[in-house]
Amino acid sequence: MTDVTSSSQTPPKGRHGSLMTVDARTRKRNAAEKRFRSYGLAAISAGVLCLVALLWAILSNGLPAYKQAVVELEFNLSQEDFDSAEKALLKTSVYTKHFITGLSANLEARGVEASFDKKAVDRLLGKVGGELRAFYRENQDKLGQPVIFEVPAASRVDRYLKGTFTRDNVSEDGTRFFQQSDFDLVDAMVQAGLIRQAFNWNFITGVDSGVDNPGGAGIGASVLGSFMMMIVVLVLSLPIGVAASIYLEEFAPKNRLTDLIEVNISNLAAVPSIVFGILGLAVFIQFAGLPQSAPLVGGLVLTLMTLPTIIISTRASLKSVPPSIRDAALGVGASRMQAVFHHVLPLAAPGILTGTIIGLAQALGETAPLLLIGMVGFVARYPDSFLSGFEGPNSAMPAQIYNWASRSDAVFTEKAWGGIIILLVFLLSMNLIAILLRRRFERRW
Amino acid sequence: MYDVAFNANEVAVNQVKITARQVQVFYGDTHAIKDVDVDIDDKTVTAFIGPSGCGKSTFLRCINRMNDTIDICRVQGEITLDGENIYDKRVDPVQLRAKVGMVFQKPNPFPKSIYDNVAYGPRIHGLARNKTELDEIVEKALRRGAIWDEVKDRLHAPGTGLSGGQQQRLCIARAIATEPEVLLMDEPCSALDPIATAQVEELIDELRQNYSVVIVTHSMQQAARVSQKTAFFHLGNLVEFGDTDQIFTNPVDPRTESYITGRIG
Ligand SMILES: Nc1ncnc2c1ncn2[C@@H]1O[C@H](COP(=O)(O)OP(=O)(O)OP(=O)(O)O)[C@@H](O)[C@H]1O
Ligand SMILES: [Mg+2]
Repeated sequence: MTDVTSSSQTPPKGRHGSLMTVDARTRKRNAAEKRFRSYGLAAISAGVLCLVALLWAILSNGLPAYKQAVVELEFNLSQEDFDSAEKALLKTSVYTKHFITGLSANLEARGVEASFDKKAVDRLLGKVGGELRAFYRENQDKLGQPVIFEVPAASRVDRYLKGTFTRDNVSEDGTRFFQQSDFDLVDAMVQAGLIRQAFNWNFITGVDSGVDNPGGAGIGASVLGSFMMMIVVLVLSLPIGVAASIYLEEFAPKNRLTDLIEVNISNLAAVPSIVFGILGLAVFIQFAGLPQSAPLVGGLVLTLMTLPTIIISTRASLKSVPPSIRDAALGVGASRMQAVFHHVLPLAAPGILTGTIIGLAQALGETAPLLLIGMVGFVARYPDSFLSGFEGPNSAMPAQIYNWASRSDAVFTEKAWGGIIILLVFLLSMNLIAILLRRRFERRW
Repeated sequence: MYDVAFNANEVAVNQVKITARQVQVFYGDTHAIKDVDVDIDDKTVTAFIGPSGCGKSTFLRCINRMNDTIDICRVQGEITLDGENIYDKRVDPVQLRAKVGMVFQKPNPFPKSIYDNVAYGPRIHGLARNKTELDEIVEKALRRGAIWDEVKDRLHAPGTGLSGGQQQRLCIARAIATEPEVLLMDEPCSALDPIATAQVEELIDELRQNYSVVIVTHSMQQAARVSQKTAFFHLGNLVEFGDTDQIFTNPVDPRTESYITGRIG
């Protein structure tokens, strides 16, 4: 009995001592490991913190661009009023008069007093007369019955409500854009509950607008421009890049020449994008005579930029396919091409797709080369048809954002932030697709 | 001397299928195969034995020109198949490899289904006219590869999901599905248990009826059991080549004797 307990308490006297005590060496190693982990944790937290700050800045500055103040009022236009207005010489001003009557009635019904004149309505709500006329000419059956009519408020009204434009911003005499008295009118409409915040679809679908109407500017046309460029880039760079990499990786002899080509492809990947821009200007526009500011040329320039990325990632994924797979295919009598297309390429495909999407995402956000080929012009309309859109002038998302950011009006700055959100949504979804594809098709062997 | 049971089949006098004359192989500056002369008979199993790194695999790969895929590899000399020089400029290695099948040292199934692994060769060579014929070819090959019973219920499961030994037998089935005339096997049994090894050896013996088989092996017993001819390689040289029973009972070269009795290697 005592024998057993005493023998279990004396530590075993092996050459390395007891396992129950940690020796100095192990303790030191564990401490080093712990230190390393905390460095890693600190690095990651710093990164995450920066990301959060960035996202917060973007969202808080950009989200207001998606909201738009609209004035919503009940309106009733009789058939006689319509007929007489259509006969008048200045039709829209008659409609504006009707609008003012309707607006005053709405305010009165809610017990708020304010008097609008035509100029004030023009300043606060834009050209409502024209809108009213267009509405009733379209919907003549609505004549004589009450309808809910919505008009977007002018951008200064919008900003006043968002708090970025105050009475201090306007001098006593006012400007042709805004008068001191206008603030009272806006307050009156707010008091009557006629103004509400609506989602600004026009920002997503609309086109760029001039300085007189910053609130009406939308990013739609440049999204289309970017999309067209991406089509050009994808159609050109994927086949060229994949073909070049397959040739280099699987067929080309390894000699000085292919070494040289390899080094140069790596160099091309590091060339600043503005160099590709000036090259595109010289070659595609000045030499080949392609139109300026066109998504086609933009796509060509971005193709030059994307090709090295695609070639490098495609070659890396081809390299990662174990040579035993090629041996197996050749061993049963497949030709080299069969071995590549039946076995190697399917295994490399997820890597190739990932590389391509990341290359495209890079190209999507690229601005500098677009500046050089003139894709920053003021383009305030959609192309007439899809195909003509490739050679007609258009902008692209990052160029549009750059353009807005360089205009003085604060509304455009807000639009620039809002555009960044759209650009980021596109980039994130492309990267997400890349990750999903990789997960989906990744195979082990 | 080595106490092994020799293959009971008499060594018939067969036609020569493959001849090698003065074959040299270089990997860059490394001289891996030196002056090898060998005659490989039809309908015979020829075993290549020798210590690791002596060039057995290298020489085997010369016979179906798999060395072409290694950039730094140069082959000199002459190897003929049915009297035709396989290193002639007019010979297309792809056509050659359809005639000379190969099983590699490491199992390398395609990352596809078991069925597709075996069906791939017949498909690209157009051996089957329809699906039923292809099914038959696949089943026959898997049966001869001694793996049919284990995979018949999961032909469409990935071949890479099999165990190492099963994968190797799948690779054997894949190689014989294309009906080659010569089958080169590089240590086909190194990953197999004794039962599967016995099955593969049985298969090799059966293949001998129609094909010429060349097998690289590290097992003296296996060489003695399955082969009629044995070649002993040492440091890139073909030291001794002859009938298997003669090599194992009465080797001429002292190096052969030391190797098979376990003193070098
Ligand atoms: N791809 C290669 N590149 C360079 N040298 C090689 C290559 N393959 C083989 N060698 C060299 O050629 C010699 C013979 O190799 P080989 O693979 O033919 O040996 P082996 O007899 O098959 O050996 P093991 O029994 O271990 O498989 C070795 O010295 C090896 O280092
Ligand atoms: Mg070997």
